[in-house]
Amino acid sequence: MKTQTIFFKNPAYIREVASIAGPKEAEGPIGSYFDKTVEDDSLGQKSFERAEVMMHTTTLKYLLNKAKMRSAQIDLCVSGDLSDEITGANFTMRSFDIPFLGIYSACASFAESIIVGSTFIDAGHMDRVICSVSSHFSSAERQYRFPLELGNQRTPLSQWTVTAAGALILDKDKGEVKVECATLGTVIDYGVKDANDLGAAMAPAATATLVSHFRCTGRKPDYYDAIFTGDLGEAGSRILRSLMIEEGYPLPDSYNDCGVLIFNREGQKVGQGGSGAACSASVFCSYIYKKMLNGELNRVLLVPTGALLSKTSGLQGETIPSIAHAVSFVKVQ
Amino acid sequence: MEYLIIYLKVFLTGGLICVVGQILVNTTKMTTARILVIFLLLGVVLETAGVFKYIAEFGQAGATVPIMGFGSNLAKGAIKGTLEKGLLGALTGGVESAAAGMGSVIFFAFIVGLISKSKTKT
Repeated sequence: MKTQTIFFKNPAYIREVASIAGPKEAEGPIGSYFDKTVEDDSLGQKSFERAEVMMHTTTLKYLLNKAKMRSAQIDLCVSGDLSDEITGANFTMRSFDIPFLGIYSACASFAESIIVGSTFIDAGHMDRVICSVSSHFSSAERQYRFPLELGNQRTPLSQWTVTAAGALILDKDKGEVKVECATLGTVIDYGVKDANDLGAAMAPAATATLVSHFRCTGRKPDYYDAIFTGDLGEAGSRILRSLMIEEGYPLPDSYNDCGVLIFNREGQKVGQGGSGAACSASVFCSYIYKKMLNGELNRVLLVPTGALLSKTSGLQGETIPSIAHAVSFVKVQ
Repeated sequence: MEYLIIYLKVFLTGGLICVVGQILVNTTKMTTARILVIFLLLGVVLETAGVFKYIAEFGQAGATVPIMGFGSNLAKGAIKGTLEKGLLGALTGGVESAAAGMGSVIFFAFIVGLISKSKTKT
């Protein structure tokens, strides 16, 4: 077996990013970083699933506008979301005449889309690729836990699915930030069964990917200006920190979790923090990317984490396997 | 004054049941659906053991409005049905005595479903 880490020989550069987020995200600590926020998370649609599709579609259109491009200039779209059979991304792509690959790694989907897109560009098959994901609190609650109509009590370890869409354009032509390398995750299952405690299920997967990344590259955690996990939440990040100490790679203070960053945990009553596919995507396509552009961060490791459960597997009492992919971004000097 | 004491008893009983529920939500991995069913079955057990009527006497609506009351109602009906109609009554009695509750749940859920829409929690 080859190593889990890919160094891109012809790296892809980020041409442009776009993010649109919901009302609760807008009130959060990094609310001002999003391109656009909406006041009504139903977006005037008759279902939350439709609202999510509309948000995803609008984000892609906005991204093309921002980059001053037409859809004909995009060679491929690699997108995903959390709905059944990724209908959110599938329905979104009805509005675009762009070849499409649907991907799913739950909340790690954003990393998967960047890895797939960068690989196509590296191989020379494609010149410009859009990577995007979306998630919506109200469609995800129905998908993974209970319908909203049940008026269910939230448990202390639960997390709040981010309502947002994040998208970026990868380009073979040189830009300011490049996708330097990526570590592909393996599926890890420590036997957690609680769908309200996904941080605990995903932390071991993040640990495995990070350890593999550091071993393959010979780097130490402080090589990066910042390491961001996707949506471990407060409790999950704490588990990750202690697991990394056990592995001999203690994480520096510059480590943070997108789910912790996006909400004010105490004030906004979000349990352990944000989660969802759009958690890492919307935080990267706003806060992190802007910090890279203005020079505050030059080397960033993004490690979105995904809990690979389904409605059926949960009801059948199965445990929750998880995955994490790591992508390293470098500011081009 | 007498009314206040009744209210206090009702509040204490209902509140205590909810505290047990909250403890289960916070400290176990059980889903709320499962906790609900446990309370229902607890009502059945307490009714069958003859304890529930004392709780209901003390706490009144505080004991009967939570789902334990529904469980007790089912058990009460099944026992009554068995005594009156034999084994078949064990099956029909429970549903019979809970018919008003179940009928109104379906009816009102339908009406509310027609006129309102779910919203994201805030």
